[in-house]
Amino acid sequence: MKMSFLWTDMMIWLLVVALIFWARMIMRSPQTRQQWRRIYESPLAMACSLILLTYLSVALLDSIHFRLALPTQADSKQVNYDINMKSPLDLLFAHNIDHSERTYSAPFARNEFVSSIIVNEQGITEKAYLPLKHVATYLGINEGSGLDIFIKSIIAIIMGLMIGLIFVTLHMLWLKRGTQDSFGHYLQTVKQGKTQLPWRWAYATFLFILVMSVWLYYLNLSYHVLGTDKVGGDVLYNTLKSIRTGVLIGVLTTVATLPISIILGISAGYIGGWVDDVIQYIYTTLSSIPSVLLIAASILVVQVTIDNNPQWFETATERSDLRLFFLIIILSITSWTGLCRLLRAETFKLSQVEFVTAARAFGVGKFTILRRHILPNLMHIILISVVLDFSFLVLSEAVLSYVGVGVDPSMHSWGNMINQARLEMAREPMVWWSLLSAFLFMFVLVLAANLFSDRIQVVLDPRNEA
Amino acid sequence: MLNYIIRRVLYAIPILIGVNLLTFLLFFMVNSPDDIARSQLGAKQISPQQITAWKVKRGYDKPLFYNAETKEEGVLASLTDTLFVKESLALFIFDFGFSDAGRNIATDIKQRMWPSLQIALPSFIIGLTTNISLALLIVLFRGSVLDTTTMIIAVMIMSISGLFYIIAGQVLFSKLWHWFPISGFESGIGGIKFVILPVLIGVFGGIGSGVRWYRSLFLEQINQDYVRTARAKGLTELRVLFGHVLPNGMLPILTGVVVVLPSLFMGSLIMESFFGIPGLGSYTIDAINAQDFSIVKSMVFLGAVLYIIGLLLTDISYTLFDPRVKLS
Repeated sequence: MKMSFLWTDMMIWLLVVALIFWARMIMRSPQTRQQWRRIYESPLAMACSLILLTYLSVALLDSIHFRLALPTQADSKQVNYDINMKSPLDLLFAHNIDHSERTYSAPFARNEFVSSIIVNEQGITEKAYLPLKHVATYLGINEGSGLDIFIKSIIAIIMGLMIGLIFVTLHMLWLKRGTQDSFGHYLQTVKQGKTQLPWRWAYATFLFILVMSVWLYYLNLSYHVLGTDKVGGDVLYNTLKSIRTGVLIGVLTTVATLPISIILGISAGYIGGWVDDVIQYIYTTLSSIPSVLLIAASILVVQVTIDNNPQWFETATERSDLRLFFLIIILSITSWTGLCRLLRAETFKLSQVEFVTAARAFGVGKFTILRRHILPNLMHIILISVVLDFSFLVLSEAVLSYVGVGVDPSMHSWGNMINQARLEMAREPMVWWSLLSAFLFMFVLVLAANLFSDRIQVVLDPRNEA
Repeated sequence: MLNYIIRRVLYAIPILIGVNLLTFLLFFMVNSPDDIARSQLGAKQISPQQITAWKVKRGYDKPLFYNAETKEEGVLASLTDTLFVKESLALFIFDFGFSDAGRNIATDIKQRMWPSLQIALPSFIIGLTTNISLALLIVLFRGSVLDTTTMIIAVMIMSISGLFYIIAGQVLFSKLWHWFPISGFESGIGGIKFVILPVLIGVFGGIGSGVRWYRSLFLEQINQDYVRTARAKGLTELRVLFGHVLPNGMLPILTGVVVVLPSLFMGSLIMESFFGIPGLGSYTIDAINAQDFSIVKSMVFLGAVLYIIGLLLTDISYTLFDPRVKLS
């Protein structure tokens, strides 16, 4: 086994580490702790952040890449590695990769969706719907499908609940450590919703997510729960792989824009003068270009460069990863202007406010004023715009891939899934499952982010005090 | 007033030069003048002489930014006698040159502007009125169950990809129910059947974020002192809303609206390509897919010009409608 370090992998893990440090740092202040506690007092915010966390963990699970060693020939000493990179997620779904079908099949189907012409035993050619390889491997062809699905679902739900309850119990034990409460009594408090944070909703969401995932995974062992796509790939697997692309584009791009927009926005608003003029010029110029066109032009440049230098890459995954990396950079170049403009206006307003004037009169240094008085008052704008940008970017990934300037066509992404499925719209009856799964997974992610940002806005926006 | 407008137009020039510089850099990173010559001449075997001759004829033989040959004529001459200046000047007089297929881009744009507008303008007007009326209705019933449910629905509408609305709309209204043709375009009154579905989808897709935005604008007004005074005078809630909140809320709405007005000409990329409308949006998409950089460059310039006109119009409309703002 050989580890492969993709650019985007390193970025996302670096970001996770940085986020943990940042969280530890800001949690030192009691006011911040108080604010975050208030955010999580809403059951909806709790549920949304659990959903977001689930998406993030799938993305992280898919962000460790390695190449397995191929079986070596007896005479050669040299170890060769598989050119297909694997991630832990791929290992979990190995049965789906190995048993890839030939073409479309509907969810839970046992035969292919498209009839093919075969020669039967009598030597007569006829049309038939061939059985699916994957389903046939795990299921006797004649086994009753409806009953089997039902039994397997029950098993999956029980398994999911059991695993989930173990975690929930552990968490409750951890929460009540140090108190004199008995476990039964504490359970009662949680049930009645008397805990400070709405843990019962958190547990409910957690159990729901876990049961759903166990159900999907367990049934996908013997069926294609969400069907297969044109080349016979399992749709559930494709959708899960797409999570990484969506989450990475959303998270990394928003985070990459932050330093640019914060530094430029604050300096324009606080320093003013020619600095303000220059920064305003830069962002007016950038935002006057239609962003799709700027992205298109830059991606064309990147693609041409990549195509001209095949020697840079050992595998196709590395090549598509570099395109994703540049897409993230280009997207952050086009999307920092909005936040920068907001921050500039707000900083300008704040620098005229009495407490800043007072601080200045007391001889407090410029940077201390920025750090202590201005930046904390900009925090809510930054946070809200981060979450909103995130959902906007997840949605625009699909649009960009449709236009042909998104991620590499060979990469798993919701945009590519939609794009492929769209070409089959004219087919009768319709192939709807690919489209619907991509839209559904995208919808849940974006909805969770939007609802969470609403909650942040309610709690952090100072105008909502009354 | 005239003075102010002239000053603003002059201010737009450096921005357009910046836009040009950016596209120019990107353009020549992929296509060197030699590449352009080769693709334009088309033939397989092209001698270097042919390429040079073509470059001289079209002016592509000049250096990109600095012409060292004209050094003795002064710095200005060596900076202006370059490809960048030549290309930019052509764009400034809206001479977009020819596409890779040999068509005149400026004529294409003039032709394709109108179909784009035929979709974009109705979507915009209907969308705006629906959003504002819905937002007013919700503000009237603020804090009630209607308010919360509509807001939840709005977040959901906002969270669904725009592609979904288009695909679902086409499948439902065109494929299953055969109410509208699935795609196509006709100019004039006969084309109205092609316009309805894209407009409906465009309006519906924008309702979520639109209603939320206008609602927050109106709610900001409703806590102001003048509203309290109006209520104290004994006005009904409806009179307060339409007589006081709406006119005052119009100002921030104006900012958002006027700036996008000129850009309506650019059309919508996705809508047009899904519905087969021969507008500027589908023109752009085709150009991107064919990697036709001359068209992309022209559209970038056009988009930037329209956006800057939008900014200018916003400032002017502010001075017209808000007596507190003085031209400076």
